[in-house]
Amino acid sequence: MVESNEKSDKTPKLSIKDLSIFYGKEKVLSNVSFDIFENEIFGIIGPANSGKTSFLRILNRMDTFVPEMRFEGEVVFDGKNIMEWRNLYALRRSIGVVFPLPVGLPMSIYENVALSPRLRGIRSKGELDSIVERCLRRAALWDEVKDRLNVLGSLLSGGQQQRLTIARALSQEPKMLLLDEFSIAVDPVTTMKIEDALKDLRNEMTIILVTNLVQQARRLANRTAFFLMGEFIEEGNTEDFFTGNVQDPRTRQYVQGRFG
Amino acid sequence: MFEATEINIRNKRIGKGIKFSFLLMTVLLATPVLIILAVLIQKGGPMISWDFLFSDPTNGMTAGGIFPALIGTISLVIVALIASVPVGVAAAIYLSEYAKDNWLTRIINLAIINLAGVPSIVHALFGVGAFVLFFKFGTSILAASFTLAVMTLPVVIVATRESLQAVPYAFREACWNMGATRWQTIYKVVLPNAISGILTGVILEVSRTAGETAPIMFTGAAFFLPFLPQSVFDQSMALSLHLFVVSTQVPNVPEELPYGVALVLIGIVLLMNSISIAFRFYLRGKKKW
Ligand SMILES: Nc1ncnc2c1ncn2[C@@H]1O[C@H](COP(=O)(O)OP(=O)(O)OP(=O)(O)O)[C@@H](O)[C@H]1O
Ligand SMILES: [Mg+2]
Repeated sequence: MVESNEKSDKTPKLSIKDLSIFYGKEKVLSNVSFDIFENEIFGIIGPANSGKTSFLRILNRMDTFVPEMRFEGEVVFDGKNIMEWRNLYALRRSIGVVFPLPVGLPMSIYENVALSPRLRGIRSKGELDSIVERCLRRAALWDEVKDRLNVLGSLLSGGQQQRLTIARALSQEPKMLLLDEFSIAVDPVTTMKIEDALKDLRNEMTIILVTNLVQQARRLANRTAFFLMGEFIEEGNTEDFFTGNVQDPRTRQYVQGRFG
Repeated sequence: MFEATEINIRNKRIGKGIKFSFLLMTVLLATPVLIILAVLIQKGGPMISWDFLFSDPTNGMTAGGIFPALIGTISLVIVALIASVPVGVAAAIYLSEYAKDNWLTRIINLAIINLAGVPSIVHALFGVGAFVLFFKFGTSILAASFTLAVMTLPVVIVATRESLQAVPYAFREACWNMGATRWQTIYKVVLPNAISGILTGVILEVSRTAGETAPIMFTGAAFFLPFLPQSVFDQSMALSLHLFVVSTQVPNVPEELPYGVALVLIGIVLLMNSISIAFRFYLRGKKKW
């Protein structure tokens, strides 16, 4: 369904070598290595507790918020090791994150999306207005909220709040977007709207999509990786996962739903 | 099928008994408060008049009004608020938003808990040593207010920290993930949502100090001083000390006078409490999540 990218001669947007993640002494993910390129959606599938969320947390250094969390190995984002980014805030700003449950900040819809531009120092009303409109449009929410931008973000429905969260992430002007099981609290119609939006966003940035719906990975992801109980099993073209063209039999079993 | 069985009836009876005994405890608890208020209003009420509130005490404090003490108490509370709120709120922000869970933080938290348990007379001695003598404020409103401020710091910190902690952690994380610094997050998301709780909690706690006697007795409150203070470096009368003086230290005081003073003192505290509670109700209506 999704054509795989020509990737041989491109430099990767995100390059991961021998990444292992720990909480204290407990290792929850080991030896992950793969490259992710610009303009692709990279899917990560795997059952609960496989370490998918922990993996995303490392990428924008969310591990610093969890006292016991640390990692080994190398993560290079945009040509620079994430440990060498002098300015952690700049790293986080260039990576947008969307959680499983939407977090509408306790302010108006407009302010939710204008917050990040404001923090970057943008003051002009006209400029803010156009950023807000553009981000809400790209998150497929504009038409539903354009007449009530001053309403509290938390009063929106779950599916709308999740799109608001995506719009807020886009307002950071990220180079990479991390989505963690975004459709868990979202109805199927809205899920489709968001999926369509993601297909358009692919042209502008790199997207990592963690999902426990294997069909969602099939619909969206160019390539997919499979995590299983803290182990990185394999990665490859998504279509290969579904045609059975995989190295590990466990991958085939999981994709075909014969697991657990 | 849906008829009550023996055991249903028994459980119901036990439930009623328990509910009744809790109600009894509550009534027992409220009774002394109501009796105190009733006695104060009955005996002190007739004392309250424009003259009583706004004139100086006369005849060796056996007659006249309480104006200097009233002004003194209000100044003491206001200066104490000004002194304790910035320090307490800053400390609470540090502890809630910045501090890592390490031995230093634990020691600080332990110190706060213990500070809250120090008897007020000990605070008074500290105030004499620190503010009156060491910082050379002399016995003054400033020294007395600072002593009150130190005494209320722990509750100010705890009230503030609770309001900050009531703001969901997910909001902070969402904000950090956008590249906001700690301070930007506090300033844009945490404080706007905690400020109502902080203000009401702080006003409530600090207004209680209006009734304190020991900490101000040696640091700035005057036995008898029928003038208004001109600056914070002056001594001043205070309602709490005045009440103590007219009820135990001066002979031939008419019986209703102390009741009148006590009623005004309680009135001030209740007034501050009601303002704070009203404020809280008003802001709760505007809560954003
Ligand atoms: N803060 C934490 N402290 C200690 N262990 C944690 C912490 N967060 C996650 N873990 C552990 O790390 C492992 C991986 O968790 P993670 O959340 O990354 O899994 P996941 O693949 O995202 O699962 P799910 O599909 O349920 O979201 C789990 O065993 C979990 O118990
Ligand atoms: Mg997860």
